[in-house]
Amino acid sequence: MDLQIALLLGQDGITNGAIYALLSLALVLVFAVTRVIFIPQGEFVAFGALTLASFQAGKTPGTLWLLIGAGVVVALVDVTLALRSGMPKRILRIVGWNLVYPAVAAAVVFLLKPSEFPLLAQIVLALALVVPLGPMIYRLAFQPLAEASVLVLLIVAVAVHLALVGLGLLFFGAEGSRTPAFSDASFNLGPVTVSGQTLWVVGASLLLIVVLFAFFERTIYGKALRATAMNRTGARLMGISTVMAGKLSFLLAALIGAFSGILIAPITTVYYDTGFLIGLKGFVGAIVGGLASYPIAAAGAVLVGLLESFSSFWASAFKEVIVFTLIIPVLVWRSLTTRHVEEDE
Amino acid sequence: MAEVKTILEVEDLCVAYGKVEALHHASIKVGEGQIVTVIGPNGAGKTTMLCSIMGLLPHTGGAIRFLGQELGDAEVEQMVALGINLVPESRALFGEMSVGDNLLLGAFMRHRAGHRDHEQTMEEVFRIFPRLKERREQHAGTLSGGERQMLALARALMAKPKLLLLDEPSLGLAPLIVREIFRVIADLKKSGVSILLVEQNARAALQVADYAYVLETGEIALEGASDQLIDDPKVVESYLGLGGKH
Repeated sequence: MDLQIALLLGQDGITNGAIYALLSLALVLVFAVTRVIFIPQGEFVAFGALTLASFQAGKTPGTLWLLIGAGVVVALVDVTLALRSGMPKRILRIVGWNLVYPAVAAAVVFLLKPSEFPLLAQIVLALALVVPLGPMIYRLAFQPLAEASVLVLLIVAVAVHLALVGLGLLFFGAEGSRTPAFSDASFNLGPVTVSGQTLWVVGASLLLIVVLFAFFERTIYGKALRATAMNRTGARLMGISTVMAGKLSFLLAALIGAFSGILIAPITTVYYDTGFLIGLKGFVGAIVGGLASYPIAAAGAVLVGLLESFSSFWASAFKEVIVFTLIIPVLVWRSLTTRHVEEDE
Repeated sequence: MAEVKTILEVEDLCVAYGKVEALHHASIKVGEGQIVTVIGPNGAGKTTMLCSIMGLLPHTGGAIRFLGQELGDAEVEQMVALGINLVPESRALFGEMSVGDNLLLGAFMRHRAGHRDHEQTMEEVFRIFPRLKERREQHAGTLSGGERQMLALARALMAKPKLLLLDEPSLGLAPLIVREIFRVIADLKKSGVSILLVEQNARAALQVADYAYVLETGEIALEGASDQLIDDPKVVESYLGLGGKH
């Protein structure tokens, strides 16, 4: 291996690592706030990428039907509950978010021609279709189980993952899609060529991380999410409802997932089930951070990206094996160095 | 207490953990602007009562009324929105956040309801607890026991509560700090907050309260004005000890 190949592999590794880092942050966030190990994270990656690809191919993305369907079910459940508990004031909001919003989205998709939109508008529209699925899934699958054990939540997460993969196959078919690059530019930096798309991915990931950091450090809702992760009872006593915190964290996770999918769609062909493997690699990063530390999770995820890209050069057949084997020494190291802390609830 | 308007009325409250009944037809009243205390030994059901009023625990029987309105199975968040705040025995602080952020989150419900006066409220709270102002940037987890209790109280005050539920505010604190905490509680009453105080430190609680209930094995065993209970032979024997050992 010479320097040029090493730099090329490094560039690849960092590009993928940036995506894994985003996903690992989402996984840590969802776990810290709701104790859900969010296996379906990867499906949002695939849905984001394939929804954008559908627009560009002039097709109606199946995620629109999913949004409408999930919205109807959520509205039915919540309106029934609101009527039964005598809080009819809530109905307006429920109907607005779960019925009117998907209807507006459908109107935009059918009446305007998304295939002729500029790329940025297509991206926004794809996010607008996929991201609300996060809180809807929380409402239907996890909110009724808020007090359940981590294991039960994990089993439900696996079920949601399998259901979404199946729906992905139904909506987008078995063929993969690739979207055109955001930029065709490339730059020569000494011996390596850096592609514009790489810069986009790394830059956009960094930007999103900075925005998330500002959200958690500077806004009262971000602080409320952190408070819920630190002390659930304490947060409830401040009036921060577990449901609100759960929906907000799923919204962010869906946003991060779909955005990641849109970023990688020009680099790799995305299939309906591609997300799972990408999500798992983010998960390895999150495990390095003990599902608790954001910076260590992000660093771990970049490490996973680099490991993956270099092992694809030396032992490409064992690429995935090497990446996932990383979990074993990490777990041994963590279990030896971490003191077990009892939950104070 | 006929002349005082009732802010909280708990009637025949029953709470059970599975088949074990922790509260058995307990009835108490808190008048507006009053301090009412519930004293009793460990395991009598004091904390259970507070958690049930706050909506953290479902009750199996009886009724809870706040300002005359029956609460049913209201959730914690609705109670906070109504103006009830609980300072739990564990304090439940956000240890890895600064004192200032802990206080800010105390005003979360007011913020959600559209009030943007948390900075002003925080200044008022700092006037009561000047030490918290010095520690504003410090993580809550690094505070001493007394400061933590003050922060927990201060955080609850950020919500501008009508009724404050205090669970063992003196637990584990040095006598000097206990005195300070109780002085603050007495001051809060002057500013118009109604307080339901659960305490094992019966002497301190009776000194500061207007009315008191003695809770034993899930039932109200005794009730009366604090200045009467403090001389009641049964209370003296069981909770105050002879010769004021406490």
